Amino acid sequence: MSKIKEVKTMATRDAYGKALVELGKIHKDIVVLDADLSSSTRTQYFAREFPDRFFNFGIAEANMMGAAAGLASCGKIVFASTFAIFATQRAYNQFRQSIAYPNLNVKVVASHGGISVGEDGVSHHCTEDIASMRVIPNVTVIVPADAVETREAVKALVKHYGPAYLRLGRPKIPVIYEDDYSFEGKKLNFKIGEGVTLKDGSDVTIVATGLMVYEALQAFEELKKNGISARVINIHTIKPIDADLLVKAAKETGAIVTAEEHSIIGGLGSAVAETIVQSYPVPMQFVGVKDIFAESGPWKELLKKYGLTSSEIVEAVKRVLKLKK
Amino acid sequence: MTVFDHKDEPHDEELIQRLRKIALEIRKDVLLMTTKAGSGHPGGSLSAAEIIACLYFHHLRYDPENPQWEDRDRFVLSKGHICPALYSALSRAGFFPREALWTLRKIGSILQGHPDMKKTPGVEASTGSLGQGLSIGVGMALAGRIDKKSYRVYVLLGDGELDEGQVWEAAMSAAHYRLDNLLAIIDYNGLQLDGPVNQIMSIEPIAEKWEAFGWHVIEIDGHNVRQILDALDFAERIKGKPTAIIAHTIKGKGISFMEGKVEFHGKPLTEEQLKLALKELELQEKLLSIE
Ligand SMILES: Cc1ncc(C[n+]2csc(CCOP(=O)(O)OP(=O)(O)O)c2C)c(N)n1
Ligand SMILES: [Mg+2]
Repeated sequence: MSKIKEVKTMATRDAYGKALVELGKIHKDIVVLDADLSSSTRTQYFAREFPDRFFNFGIAEANMMGAAAGLASCGKIVFASTFAIFATQRAYNQFRQSIAYPNLNVKVVASHGGISVGEDGVSHHCTEDIASMRVIPNVTVIVPADAVETREAVKALVKHYGPAYLRLGRPKIPVIYEDDYSFEGKKLNFKIGEGVTLKDGSDVTIVATGLMVYEALQAFEELKKNGISARVINIHTIKPIDADLLVKAAKETGAIVTAEEHSIIGGLGSAVAETIVQSYPVPMQFVGVKDIFAESGPWKELLKKYGLTSSEIVEAVKRVLKLKK
Repeated sequence: MTVFDHKDEPHDEELIQRLRKIALEIRKDVLLMTTKAGSGHPGGSLSAAEIIACLYFHHLRYDPENPQWEDRDRFVLSKGHICPALYSALSRAGFFPREALWTLRKIGSILQGHPDMKKTPGVEASTGSLGQGLSIGVGMALAGRIDKKSYRVYVLLGDGELDEGQVWEAAMSAAHYRLDNLLAIIDYNGLQLDGPVNQIMSIEPIAEKWEAFGWHVIEIDGHNVRQILDALDFAERIKGKPTAIIAHTIKGKGISFMEGKVEFHGKPLTEEQLKLALKELELQEKLLSIE
């Protein structure tokens, strides 16, 4: 087998747009809302196909959330989309009050999460959303690792009743799963709240989410060369988190590194720590955006400059192994 | 101190021609910058070129050598995505060297994708999340009153941006506090990101809305330099309430194949298109010198 495999890439927002169209054909209760960003979030595909079930609220995110609540209270399955920063910060209280508190069936699907937004800069980056959304009761928080998983997540969300936050990204990122959601020949089944063990290992566990899952897989190969056996877990559902899988990993490997395109405060790293520390604490290291704002720049360069790479994961593994008793 | 203070210059033909020429220069910079950056928002930058030229090269008082000069007029770019036009004006006004323009949106640049008041000399507010600038302007105008300063506060908004409820909260508060030192300029180019404003979210009747919120309203052609200058002056004579200038403009103004085209909202020109566009601008400059 040749080692250099061409990596297929696709943006998770593209997968979302396509999935909505397919699901819209089956589920007549799906209604989609946007706030003047349908061409970017890809809800435009749904809008073209089902103009009667699509509403553009203009640049008015708070109002969109309120309308989403109203539609949901009348039995609709509502998908409301805009950029992550606006979904979670221009309409945070509206989401909490009108949607989460009454436990309404609204899926806030936000594109442009993280710093891979790139050149638009800090006003459009979002490194706080996993933290701010997971802290609200009733809310399911999902960050898919690639386009295939995005499609699976959207399908699962249609069947799952309740408020949810699905965080997607702008750039084309590597597709790690086969189109039928299998990984290295193994067919998987997307379940909200269930982590996916992509690689088995015994020395350390790398827990990743979103585009950092691909980086974790790269780190796995690098570590293997150095004789380190890493387990790689993809946590696509940050809340409810797969506590059993994480505690098992803590027990079996004795050290954890988390990796996310989010602040190291309050995101995946915090969620994993909160989980294991209550039953089986092991040393941890966090890979993520440090407590700072990034800047404008090409997304890949930003990921490098702000420490979101496989080599940062490798370094974090080395650090955590020193802490391991 | 090298204060720029030309407000009292007569609005003669010479001034008008000079400002029209600067607007063309700004357009050129915007197109060059965004194509070089590979991203950015040319459409709404072009629609505001005359407005920004009139503000920075005639009406505003500021000191490029001392950007924090206490008595300066404040300009808040609420529709922050058109910062290429602002950056062009700021560099031409002497706030920073022109070379910086070609670093737009690159790692380490002082020119961020959206305005950053801590990184860019002359930028008064960090914007980019639409709908927040007028509130910031209200705060600046209140501070000016408390400190008994004579500076004025200018806020440039997009027409699509008016969808944001916060704009109307700010409008209400500005009228409530009788902020006659505050001026809002609405770049009414008829387009937002997803399409025409009247299809995405109608804002009409817009003059009546501002009036109902307690503002004095002036409607002008936002590409007519004389009308802009007169409106800016006239607004200063309105006492007891804030003024809104509704500037009717064309998105992509000045480049035949960009005018009124929503696809150039957030997409730069290709190298090929850029060549054609620069030719058009050159021609306009020639015509101007003949006039
Ligand atoms: C709160 C918020 N929501 C969405 C966006 C994304 N966005 C950037 S520009 C734009 C359209 C702006 O239209 P308008 O105000 O008419 O500006 P102009 O036509 O002058 O470019 C949108 C929706 C944003 N920057 N901020
Ligand atoms: Mg507009």
